[in-house]
Amino acid sequence: MAEIRLAGLEKRYGAVAALRGITLTVQDGELVALLGPSGCGKTTTLQILAGFLIPDGGEVWAGDRLISSPKGAVPPERRRMSLVFQSYALWPHMTVSQNVGFGLEMRRLAREEIADRVRRILGVAGLGGYEQRYPHELSGGQQQRVALARALVVRPDTLLLDEPLSNLDAALREQMRFEIRRIHKETGITTVYVTHDQAEAMVIADRIAVVNAGQIEQVGTPQEIYETPQSRFVASFIGGANCLPARVLEPGRVRCGDLELRTMDDGRFRPGDDVVLCIRPHAVRVRGAAGGDAARDNAALGRLVQHAYLGDLQDLRIMLGNLPIRALTSGRARYRPDDQLLVELPAEACRLVRT
Amino acid sequence: MSAAAPTLIARRGPADLSLGVWTVAAAVLLFMVVVPLAWILVASVHSDQDNRLTPANYIEAFTTSIYLQPVRNSLILAALVAVIAVVFGTVLAWAVSRTDMPGRTLIRMLTFASFVTPSFLGATAWIFLAAPHSGWLNRAWVALTGAPRGFLNIYSLAGAVCVIALYSYPYAFAFVSSALELVPSEMERSAQLLGANWLRTTWRITLPLVRPAIIAGALMSFLEAIAEFGTPAFLLIPARQQVITTQLYLFFQYPSRPNLAAAYALPLLAVTASLFLLQQRLLRRGRFTTVSGKGGVRVPFRLGPWRWPVFAICMAPPIFSLILPYTALLATSLSHAWGRGPVPGNLTFAWYHWALVENQGARRAIAHSVSYAAAAATIATVLAVFSAYAVGRRLLPGARILGYLAMAPFVVPGIVLAIGFFAAYARPPLVLYGTAWMLIVAFATRFLPIAYAGSESALRSLDLELENAARTLGSGRLRTFGRITIPLLRRSILANWLMVFIPSLRELSSAVFLFTPATAVITNVIFDLSDEGNFEPLSALGIIMMGLTFGLVAVAYRLFGGAVFGQRQRA
Repeated sequence: MAEIRLAGLEKRYGAVAALRGITLTVQDGELVALLGPSGCGKTTTLQILAGFLIPDGGEVWAGDRLISSPKGAVPPERRRMSLVFQSYALWPHMTVSQNVGFGLEMRRLAREEIADRVRRILGVAGLGGYEQRYPHELSGGQQQRVALARALVVRPDTLLLDEPLSNLDAALREQMRFEIRRIHKETGITTVYVTHDQAEAMVIADRIAVVNAGQIEQVGTPQEIYETPQSRFVASFIGGANCLPARVLEPGRVRCGDLELRTMDDGRFRPGDDVVLCIRPHAVRVRGAAGGDAARDNAALGRLVQHAYLGDLQDLRIMLGNLPIRALTSGRARYRPDDQLLVELPAEACRLVRT
Repeated sequence: MSAAAPTLIARRGPADLSLGVWTVAAAVLLFMVVVPLAWILVASVHSDQDNRLTPANYIEAFTTSIYLQPVRNSLILAALVAVIAVVFGTVLAWAVSRTDMPGRTLIRMLTFASFVTPSFLGATAWIFLAAPHSGWLNRAWVALTGAPRGFLNIYSLAGAVCVIALYSYPYAFAFVSSALELVPSEMERSAQLLGANWLRTTWRITLPLVRPAIIAGALMSFLEAIAEFGTPAFLLIPARQQVITTQLYLFFQYPSRPNLAAAYALPLLAVTASLFLLQQRLLRRGRFTTVSGKGGVRVPFRLGPWRWPVFAICMAPPIFSLILPYTALLATSLSHAWGRGPVPGNLTFAWYHWALVENQGARRAIAHSVSYAAAAATIATVLAVFSAYAVGRRLLPGARILGYLAMAPFVVPGIVLAIGFFAAYARPPLVLYGTAWMLIVAFATRFLPIAYAGSESALRSLDLELENAARTLGSGRLRTFGRITIPLLRRSILANWLMVFIPSLRELSSAVFLFTPATAVITNVIFDLSDEGNFEPLSALGIIMMGLTFGLVAVAYRLFGGAVFGQRQRA
């Protein structure tokens, strides 16, 4: 077991920079999720980590071993890492037990021990009785568990998971999130988990690294990422947010379009800085035009342009002057397009981030 | 884990054998493809008399009128073949793929049978049918009409054009029908809704959509025709009307002029290579991308009262390429003398007895053909899978070059390849001439592209993650190749083996140059028998050869279904 350290990884495909300096440390025994939209570089990072790609810049360390650098890389078979693929990559010409036993065979274990360990892990995975089946004879969820069993049975130093749940249906996916979390707790294997699904990352990960355009935007616990996003991208990608251009007037006060608003102040910005004000749609409060004092409540009058009824919530699109705002409200009031509404942006929910 | 100083293990450590293995594959390709072709180039600039460096061969080859006439003949022959083949191929492909004509599967199978039949065997059969005086069709004409003589003369450029076209229309058919199967019916239906009748729809919508395939089919037929040796040798040498390939053959007759032949062959190679590149570009171009999707529902055109007439038209090529020729061959092989015609007293099984039991030369030739074809198929398949893997996974610097090398023999006419092999391996340091290896390696080289293309597409459809999964579990590159890749490619490898074996069994053009009496194969014996006018034993041998071939085709069909023959699988 060891910590994994990515130091300034860079990778180019022709003129396109896929990775632009990825730096991240995964503690021994920790589960870190690389979370980002498709094409952000998270899979490229994983491929470098597994040894299938050589980085153009930067290094990968496993404990005190340098395992990747532009000069070369330890080949995948000597990294003591297991990788669970999005496609599962089960070998169609081998049975379940041959698939799972393959890695043990490569480690030249005795036949009896292989059989024993395969039987035990299949039992744990709830696949007892399926030993002689071929992959195509299994359901998607079963295939997924075979892929996990195959990766875990060799007791790797590091476990890599590449969107392992994206081929499952919604119910099974939710169940498997907790399953993976439990397995990680039991084995304590250092794990890197690639996903584009924020809910998945939040359930599974100890820490989340949000990746965008080949760079890590922010690393933190799920709570930190959600509650204190450090950039406009993180705020809108995680949980969704209204992002309004603003200029700092004084600590805790900004001008945003025609409005002056109070905000949270973490001391990062000075008066005159251009910033982005982020507020989550859930946090926006909406009232009829008549009720309250706009200045005191950090509020302004707006015009409803679009409105959707979602059952437990209503999804409102409102123009505050020329600023578009989305609000999710559980109120039961009835709205019509062009209604004048008082829109309150509570100061404790207004967070400033870099542009 | 040790606390030693950081170590960086190189990407390809000493324990990794794979680089060595793939380097060997590259070296073998070099030996099979590059060395013979390079020797042609070297030979072409050396004098036949005193081996001096000189451009004289090129000057002689392309200024002497008796050497220019064959070039003209070849171009005329190939152009006419391309036109005829593409017309028949397109009509048949359209009828089979787009209409409710009866007997579509039958037409498909017969077209494939024409593809498998070597045209020199068809040429022989057409000698029985259409030789100026003795041909059966001519004699029937005389008997029916009382005319002084028949009108068919197979010993002519026109005769050769017809025979070659009969056996190369399957290329156009294959290209066009697979393109047609991707045209969704919506395209045609939209035209019909806008008021076009079916003829206009076909002419304005369907055929233009598959135009790249039609042109590719025409180029392919041209390529085959200009490289064809057997049929011109059988029909045009007696007519004293040479084409490039027969002229090349004559350069090797006494007094032999191998270096002049090399100079004469290189422009042919340039033509075939550029046509091939043109064809590749046509097939790749993205302009007709609608034809690449899975397509919507395809509804066949209803021909109505035209169903049977269209069927009759589609049966014409198979009748002339298969039914008449095989009948003639079979009848001749069972006759004392073919000239007497199929009359009762003429029946005999003696020629089969001769070929299979009595004559040691014929028996050995059959054994040679089978064993050489098997060895060639094995070499080509193994080499193809290694080089396709090295290319597909970019294992060597410049791996793509390996792919080009493996595909290169495709554009080398058999006779030109043979000239190269002769130039390279009939002299020290490596003398293969006189051994079985000369033929085996030549066959393997000639049909390597079939195996390579097969391996390449099979590898491309193989998910890379299946290999990567094995790598992360501790299996090295070479072991992964053996444990995961090869087993997954099993079927494709077996199919490739058969697809090399079948043409190797009937290969004539390179065998004619490279055999010695001790290594003669069936086609050598057939060629000599034709030269001597011994058509009855020739027919028996031909029937035996095709019996073997069709037997194997049946096995392949059993194992792999229509997919082996380029037929689209339907779920």
